[in-house]
Amino acid sequence: MTEVQQAVAARFDLRLERRRRLGQILAVVLFFSTLFGLLVLTSLMVDVVRKGVPWLDWQFLTSYPSRNPEAAGIKSAIVGSFWLMLLTALFSVPIGVGAAIYLEEYAPRGWFLRLIQLNIANLAGIPSVIYGILGLGLFVRFFALGRSLLAGALTMSLLVLPIIVISTQEALRAVPQGIRESAYALGATRWQVVSNHLLPIAAPGILTGIILALSRAVGETAPLVMIGALTFIAFLPESLLDPFTVLPIQIFNWTARPQEAFRGLAAAAIIVLMMFLFLMNLSAILLRNYYERHRPH
Amino acid sequence: MADHVSPAEKVPTAEPFGLSRDSEAARVRPKMEVRNLYFWYGDKLALKDISLQILPNEVTAFIGPSGCGKSTLLRCLNRMNELIPNTRMEGMVLLDDRDIYREMDPVVVRRRVGMVFQKPNPFPKSIYQNVAWGARINGYRGNMDELVERCLRLAALWDEVKDRLHENAYGLSGGQQQRLCIARALAVEPEVLLMDEPASALDPIATAKLEETILELKKSYTIVIVTHNMHQASRISDATAFFYMGELVEMNRTDELFTRPREKRTEDYITGRFG
Repeated sequence: MTEVQQAVAARFDLRLERRRRLGQILAVVLFFSTLFGLLVLTSLMVDVVRKGVPWLDWQFLTSYPSRNPEAAGIKSAIVGSFWLMLLTALFSVPIGVGAAIYLEEYAPRGWFLRLIQLNIANLAGIPSVIYGILGLGLFVRFFALGRSLLAGALTMSLLVLPIIVISTQEALRAVPQGIRESAYALGATRWQVVSNHLLPIAAPGILTGIILALSRAVGETAPLVMIGALTFIAFLPESLLDPFTVLPIQIFNWTARPQEAFRGLAAAAIIVLMMFLFLMNLSAILLRNYYERHRPH
Repeated sequence: MADHVSPAEKVPTAEPFGLSRDSEAARVRPKMEVRNLYFWYGDKLALKDISLQILPNEVTAFIGPSGCGKSTLLRCLNRMNELIPNTRMEGMVLLDDRDIYREMDPVVVRRRVGMVFQKPNPFPKSIYQNVAWGARINGYRGNMDELVERCLRLAALWDEVKDRLHENAYGLSGGQQQRLCIARALAVEPEVLLMDEPASALDPIATAKLEETILELKKSYTIVIVTHNMHQASRISDATAFFYMGELVEMNRTDELFTRPREKRTEDYITGRFG
């Protein structure tokens, strides 16, 4: 070692051994954290699949719920979930995307906008039961929609609106500023910039957010329990004002029964719901991958 | 372009900043004029009392070290700074003697005063659509194919892309993309073309090609170019303005400014003593 190197070495206390050991201990701790989560989830899945698979057949998918476990099925729940999702999308997508475009591209920056942003982020974190109480007071009682499909979809729309607004805003924010500037520099109006460039470029991101929001709506139970959808429904809704049931409600219903057979039915319905959510999330991931590959730089 | 005054029509005006009274150029009516302009980002004053004139069918270069305000001033010339929140401007910018902030619609201003940015930023569309879009949204009624070809030729890109007009613009090289951005800006038939360090992302060969294009465009357009590169300024510009810390230190004919700078700060900068 030269004199300079020795002088430099004297100014540092490297403690290499100690630093390495700490790193190794942390790596082990982190590994077990991951393992713990995985184990809990896997044992849940295994349990559900073991109990549910014997009940899962075509008859189960195409029958109405019944007091007789052998004849019971989830037809009304599947149809109810489908309509609920469709109606929720119908209400929440235009409003949510519209609000996000306004907030991101039109609203003047300032403390008021920041206040609104903060509130939307907060709304996304409010427990879903609260939305159920709001839905009960507003849609079921005040607008006298009763325990209908319409009241359920409107409540769910409120629940997923913040998610759609936030994910749409993020998708718009990810559009390179250069695209906006060059479009404005050509003499485009704000709406021409939004409709011709920002929305097409942000569309995959917006769509991903919508799918994730709707999968949340499909999996939610609490708000629908609050608005009184927890009933025995052995028919299909024929209008927006008909009562309805959905998969998570049907599952909740069956798990509450004392007979062992209904637990099996609940497990089978959980498998159906999980498959459905898995497919929705998968499509969101595929969309995002496509987006990453075709992103304007 | 029918409504703007031809450069031949000379009208006596007040002495433009830094141009000697007896010079030929001083008696040409300016295409654009900046009067006592101040600009703030939040509380920070970015431009201090700027007054200058930009003459038609010339290349005017804005030079100066980073953060001196030259890009900010450029963006004041087509109201692009309005898109940045929390900014404020005072003073006047005239286009053919009309105040672009008080007498004109920003959409009209930006149609007449086009812009090419530092980083090539084509739309994620085909080459053809990139050029046609601006014309279409502004209600262009002529033959679109002819317009696209004419603009691509002006930007010296036609021969390289004529066989793949409908391919995505992202397939082009950086230099080609920048020339596409020029073609795109030309398609709305502007009178003034603002260029914000257009060659900074390009290699020397692409830069040389771009400079050739700029000299060619000067015949039909008024060009203002912001550049870090003093050699580039001296090669392609007719007039040069030197900015330092938000102030216009000196403006003159380019050959004058580079050979006989009046200000010590200008001399230090162009001789490379700082910046």
